[in-house]
Amino acid sequence: MKILVAISNVPDTTTKIQFSDNNTKFNAAGVTFIINPYDEWYALVRALELKEANLAEKVTLIHVGLPDGDATIRKGLALGADDAVRIDSEGPDSFYVAEQIAAYAKEKGYELILTGKETINYNGSSVAGMIAGILDLPLISLATKLDVAGVKITAEHDIDGGSRVVECDLPAVVSCAKGMAEQRIPNMRGIMAARTKPLEVVKPIDSAPLTSIKSFDLNPGRTSCKLLGEDQLDELVKLLHTEAKVI
Amino acid sequence: MVLVFTEINKNRIKKSSLECVQYAAKIAALTGGNVTALVNQASAEHLEELGKAGANTILNMNISDLGSDHILSCAAVEHAVKHSSAKVIVFAFDIAGKAIAPRLSARLKAGLVAGATELPAVNGAAFEVKKNVFSGKANAIYSIHSEMKIIALLPNSFPVVLSENKALVQEFQPDLSAVKSRITIKETKTNATGGMAPLPEADLVVSAGRGMKGPENWGMIEELATSLGATTACSRPVADLHWRPHHEHVGQTGVAIRPNLYIAVGISGAIQHLAGVNGSKTIVVINNDKEAPFFKSADYGIIGDAFTIVPKLTEAIKKFKAHQN
Ligand SMILES: Cc1cc2nc3c(=O)[nH]c(=O)nc-3n(C[C@H](O)[C@H](O)[C@H](O)COP(=O)(O)OP(=O)(O)OC[C@H]3O[C@@H](n4cnc5c(N)ncnc54)[C@H](O)[C@@H]3O)c2cc1C
Repeated sequence: MKILVAISNVPDTTTKIQFSDNNTKFNAAGVTFIINPYDEWYALVRALELKEANLAEKVTLIHVGLPDGDATIRKGLALGADDAVRIDSEGPDSFYVAEQIAAYAKEKGYELILTGKETINYNGSSVAGMIAGILDLPLISLATKLDVAGVKITAEHDIDGGSRVVECDLPAVVSCAKGMAEQRIPNMRGIMAARTKPLEVVKPIDSAPLTSIKSFDLNPGRTSCKLLGEDQLDELVKLLHTEAKVI
Repeated sequence: MVLVFTEINKNRIKKSSLECVQYAAKIAALTGGNVTALVNQASAEHLEELGKAGANTILNMNISDLGSDHILSCAAVEHAVKHSSAKVIVFAFDIAGKAIAPRLSARLKAGLVAGATELPAVNGAAFEVKKNVFSGKANAIYSIHSEMKIIALLPNSFPVVLSENKALVQEFQPDLSAVKSRITIKETKTNATGGMAPLPEADLVVSAGRGMKGPENWGMIEELATSLGATTACSRPVADLHWRPHHEHVGQTGVAIRPNLYIAVGISGAIQHLAGVNGSKTIVVINNDKEAPFFKSADYGIIGDAFTIVPKLTEAIKKFKAHQN
């Protein structure tokens, strides 16, 4: 059984976000990029655990993006993925990205496709479901546990007000959330090995994006906090009622 | 024509579904056309509520295992799209919406905006829709170019005002015989939330962090929440330390919420925590460190010891409530 883990290249969580070109582009100058945390901590680490438990033969990373994402891909290889493929395209929208990943997975016969629950830059939670739609595969969305037994997977995933343990046959797509695995730190051996692991660059298949981003704006955030003393709690309650109008 | 996917949870039409119906009604007013709501196994009361939220027509299905696999729900929506000649389909950006909307998007080649926060602007054949990006730090205007359009609306972004509108109800039996569920449910677990509103839908939230020192001190947090009728939440380390159940964890890795009121007690206000709560309408921070970053993202702040402030705040709220009645 081969696992394909989709990874996205995103600005570090603490990045101060800025835009350029009249607020139409994300300004990447001086920004540190990382593997999207959910793709790394949950999807990739769980895939590696499954391989270590001899439940998977191979873990491949797939990234739709330009060469500036290679350093991020190498980080994933340093964590222990066997090889990687980069589909050489900017990846203009989720649908386009999903089409690329779906086509590659199908051609190479990957039985399990893992993604994170969402990316921390575009927060779409869409790619896993779109891949499942394109390939007509079952999707386990927002999974917090994942196990493999032969051709079957068992997973736990969130539902409204609870969770559910489900089973399905491979091939399948799973989007991974907190609970599935613990973050790992790459070691020196992994980092050295990553340099020589295969990173194949593939041309994108023909596809047309369905959406585009027209412009961005920063959330102004809160500008001033009204400070009250410990003895002004009645006043706070009054403000919440009359000023904020939330109680 | 606008189609809305709606759900019933705990025998109520979900609040996020009502928001979607109302949102769809506003889109229909912009583009012309009607709103059709799709629902499964709705009672007379449910149907009435969907009407009041703005549905013109309701397609009421009666499929007992619809919720077992999103493949089935997605197929049902596809039938409803055909039946109602919908060009715009609205979902809530919640657990079901996050699974079904992308699948439908891929199947219909309909552009999806996932997590919309405002009504679309109609620009020729395109829709321009605002949504949160960079985990709440920014917004983006997405343009949907495809003829069919899907919008997944972020819960608690759109107020619901019920009217006296009545919808035309049709029994709807889509033929799903060609679609096979491939998921077997082994076990269903329910979160113990008492009578509290589920976090993603809650209007009022009381949340606490590592500043509470240990799980034994949560009594006062629960009492504050009860006095308000609020739902309890927590920061990530609190869930990681098993002081509180995981479903209470809010923030970037946990649940993202946008209640009217978010009271944060003993939470430092790390950027990853803010990512999940900065959409709240009003934020109150209680922290004994005046340098705590959370004060920069708060509307009201009290600098001091939570252990003395929280019980006093509970008293103040009880007094206020007693006075109101
Ligand atoms: C990629 C990533 C994702 C993350 N995702 C999340 C997430 O989803 N949610 C999340 O919460 N965190 C998340 N974190 C962790 C986050 O960075 C912080 O570590 C975490 O939010 C801190 O939790 P806290 O505020 O409860 O604890 P602390 O940072 O320890 O803060 C405790 C606060 O309590 C105050 N305090 C102490 N005693 C008292 C008292 N007696 N009275 C009043 N105040 C008191 C202190 O002044 C302090 O401000 C993430 C981190 C990373 C790197």
